[in-house]
Amino acid sequence: MNYSSYIALIPLLPLASFAVLGLFGKKYFKNLSGIIGCLVLLTSTLLSLYAAYHYFFVDGKINGSYQTLIPLKYTWLSFSDSLSIDMGIILDPISVMMLVVVTFVSLMVHIFSLGYMKGEERFGTYYSFLSLFTFSMLGLVVASNIFQIYIFWELVGVSSYLLIGFYYDRPSAVAASKKAFIVTRFADLGFLVGILILGFQSETLDFNTLIQRLTDIHSPQLLAIASTSFLGISLLTWALTLVFIGGAGKSAMFPLHIWLPDAMEGPTPVSALIHAATMVVAGVYLVARLFPVFHINEASLHVVTWVGAVSAFLAAVIACTQTDIKRVLAYSTMSQIGYMMFALGVSGYGGENARLTDAVGQGLGYTASMFHLFTHAFFKSLLFLCAGAVIHIVHSNDMKDMGGLRKLMPITSIAFLIACLAIAGIPPFAGFFSKEEILMAAWQNHPAIYYIGLITSGITAFYMFRLYFSIFWNRTPDSQLTTPLAADRVPPSALAVGQGLPKAQHHSEGTLSMKLPLVILAIGTLLVGFIPFSKFISPDGKPFVSEMHLTFSIVPVAIATIGIFIAYRLYFRRSDRPEKLAAALGGLYNAAYRKFYIDEIYLFITKKIIFNLVGKPAAWIDRNIVDGTMNGIAWTTGRISVLIKGVQSGRVQSYALYFFGGIVVLIIVFLYLWK
Amino acid sequence: MTTRKIFRSAIWLLFSLIGIAALYFWLQVEFIAAVQIIVYVGGIVVLIIFSIFLTQQSGNEMPKQPLKRTITSALAVLFGFGLTFLQIWKYNFQPSTKNFDWSVSKIGSQMLGTKAAGYALPFEVVSMLLLAAMIGCIVIAMKAPGSATSGKAKEEKLETIKEASEIEITINEITGT
Amino acid sequence: MSDVPISHILFVSTALFFIGMYGLFTRRNMITMLMAIELILNSVNINFVVFNKYLYPENLDGIFFTIFIITIAAAEAAVAIAIIINLYRSHRSIDVENAGEMKW
Repeated sequence: MNYSSYIALIPLLPLASFAVLGLFGKKYFKNLSGIIGCLVLLTSTLLSLYAAYHYFFVDGKINGSYQTLIPLKYTWLSFSDSLSIDMGIILDPISVMMLVVVTFVSLMVHIFSLGYMKGEERFGTYYSFLSLFTFSMLGLVVASNIFQIYIFWELVGVSSYLLIGFYYDRPSAVAASKKAFIVTRFADLGFLVGILILGFQSETLDFNTLIQRLTDIHSPQLLAIASTSFLGISLLTWALTLVFIGGAGKSAMFPLHIWLPDAMEGPTPVSALIHAATMVVAGVYLVARLFPVFHINEASLHVVTWVGAVSAFLAAVIACTQTDIKRVLAYSTMSQIGYMMFALGVSGYGGENARLTDAVGQGLGYTASMFHLFTHAFFKSLLFLCAGAVIHIVHSNDMKDMGGLRKLMPITSIAFLIACLAIAGIPPFAGFFSKEEILMAAWQNHPAIYYIGLITSGITAFYMFRLYFSIFWNRTPDSQLTTPLAADRVPPSALAVGQGLPKAQHHSEGTLSMKLPLVILAIGTLLVGFIPFSKFISPDGKPFVSEMHLTFSIVPVAIATIGIFIAYRLYFRRSDRPEKLAAALGGLYNAAYRKFYIDEIYLFITKKIIFNLVGKPAAWIDRNIVDGTMNGIAWTTGRISVLIKGVQSGRVQSYALYFFGGIVVLIIVFLYLWK
Repeated sequence: MTTRKIFRSAIWLLFSLIGIAALYFWLQVEFIAAVQIIVYVGGIVVLIIFSIFLTQQSGNEMPKQPLKRTITSALAVLFGFGLTFLQIWKYNFQPSTKNFDWSVSKIGSQMLGTKAAGYALPFEVVSMLLLAAMIGCIVIAMKAPGSATSGKAKEEKLETIKEASEIEITINEITGT
Repeated sequence: MSDVPISHILFVSTALFFIGMYGLFTRRNMITMLMAIELILNSVNINFVVFNKYLYPENLDGIFFTIFIITIAAAEAAVAIAIIINLYRSHRSIDVENAGEMKW
């Protein structure tokens, strides 16, 4: 079956939708733009599912391993015979999987936004931005050329900037979008340098050729790049680490994570799309795409692993103290992506020599990371959309204003519970399977990472259930609300979570368009755990069997259950145990609450150092020297012109005098000086 | 050139022109002298005097130039004069010893001749030029009817026409001869 | 009379020329400027005739030039007077400083 006939439509349809809605949405379509956006996305989703079905089940496999197909390739910019930027579409297991993920989650978000953003004035603009983002993300995942990925990378950054700053009249939103864009842009600097090094050394920008040249032991390019060293580190390590820095920025890894919590200023469906399921996994996707090259270079793999692990742990700790539900989810995202990253880091790589029964040797970490990406997309977007529904009703982001919403929003409550169980890793929900595989890969490769992952999963369970109980339970029995209340009953208190009454409850749970995606995603969360992922996705395309070792799984599940129990004790009912615990932990609690002061450090660096040392002198030079020169030239010209002005006096006789003078000069020149 | 009263300077001009005519006589080009007197003295000086009267400033004194201007011009002129005279003094003019026969008949025939040294074409061109000048003067000096100075304009028109016709007459005299 | 060297006559004509120029630069009255221009033209005429007589007596070119110059000078004087009259009408004075429309 010919892929090229329809595969290009998948990203291009959202692009067309962006153009149409962007140009005409405000005037002509208004409410219709939502429907248009949803229809376009539905088409793209169906096409992706069809392509996935085709690839995985029909003809993707040749000789038992999944091939990398390139249905479309178009030379865009050619530097020399061998080096050119092509625009192409690559189909291999992870890109097809990502196509499905991106389109499906985007579709859910589109449908949800029909209800959530209803009545919004810039409805059409919102949908056009969503389409732009979807197009960029799809282009990113099917990029066949490393420069193409960079182009789409930047496009994704721009779309996220537009979406985060959607409420542009809020200064906090504007600041957040700027922060996101600048931080990721700064990381992309590293990415670009990495690309240039890789491209230059391997003399190609095409992914396939690049990977092939840099992994073949006998290739001259690999020899060249591995032996050249700069500051004692080989060039290959530099290149890969720089590329990883770019990915770390986009995926909010420590220390480039500061933009992710602030990015919650955008509308909640946007957070669901961008910061749960798609953009933040772009970094993981990049590492996975270049995984064969990473695997050869041990040093860069170590960087990946440790950055991922540290991020996971740090984020989990911070999430325990946050009261804004979206920020809790943001840190949870960061933590889970940390899982994906270090799973890649501890992964093996298949190759011809590995035994088929050794899962880890076959690349279990790689598969587990991708599997976790897949499941995480489901339950994290579900969490965000539920949070959106809650915020829609309560009109506040803060946990203090919520509590006891269980009876009011039954569907949301159940969906949230399912997602929390999944993320905590309780069987038989989706997160259990993917987390187990990650932990198994870590255990085989690097036990220290395994312990970090274990503790983090306990903390994850704790804070997720803290969130769940605080929103939906945590009410003294006599004040469980089943009917809507007037808006201003009891003033909120400022101490522990969940003491105040909900602020404004004059809506019902939400329209059908808001409930439907929740249901679909919840069902997905229940089911996707059972997909035998390793049959489809592995580093070298050869499917392998990954078994579930039940004895191994006991420990993580136990720890997760303990975490849930602790959360239950603290938050199920309204009590003062949380404050006592916070007081007992004292300084640690404060530090975690303040996100370990990382933001302050960044602010300090930028304000004191960069602004004062670099920015201010540069501005001074620009104002005084550059502008001063221009002004000086203008002023001089003005003075000269004032002086010369007198020549045009209008007096004929002066003219005649000058005329005569000129003639005399000419005569002298011609007579005496002309040789 | 330096008197402040304008009428006086007109008279000085008259004397200068007569002096030049005398110079022509001395150079044995009597014809030119005659032409000079008739056209210049009789026509142009009269024209100038007329216009002096028309602009009603004959009796008044003219305002003085700023001193800077006077000195600058004097210097420039003296410098130019010196330069030119230096050239003249240095140059070795070789006077020819050929014979000099400038009778009026010869002048006339040559002017209207069409052969090598004939000047018939310039003659015609100059006639056209005079015609154009005449018409131009009339147009420039013409005023819309019904204005205060139209009387003066008419006088001026008459004057220019008279001037041009005198020239015509002179030329006709030449051709007649 | 041909033993007067040419340079003397040229001296006369040059002097006339420069006197005329001085007058042109210095005078404020437009009609006086016109008179100065006439003087210049006459000096040129003398030049032509003298050169013709002394250096090329077989041709008559100088004489013709002179005649034409006189003619054209007359025409030009007439046009100049017309312009002066026009200016007089609009400015009510024949002072050349008052006609400063070309001033900046």
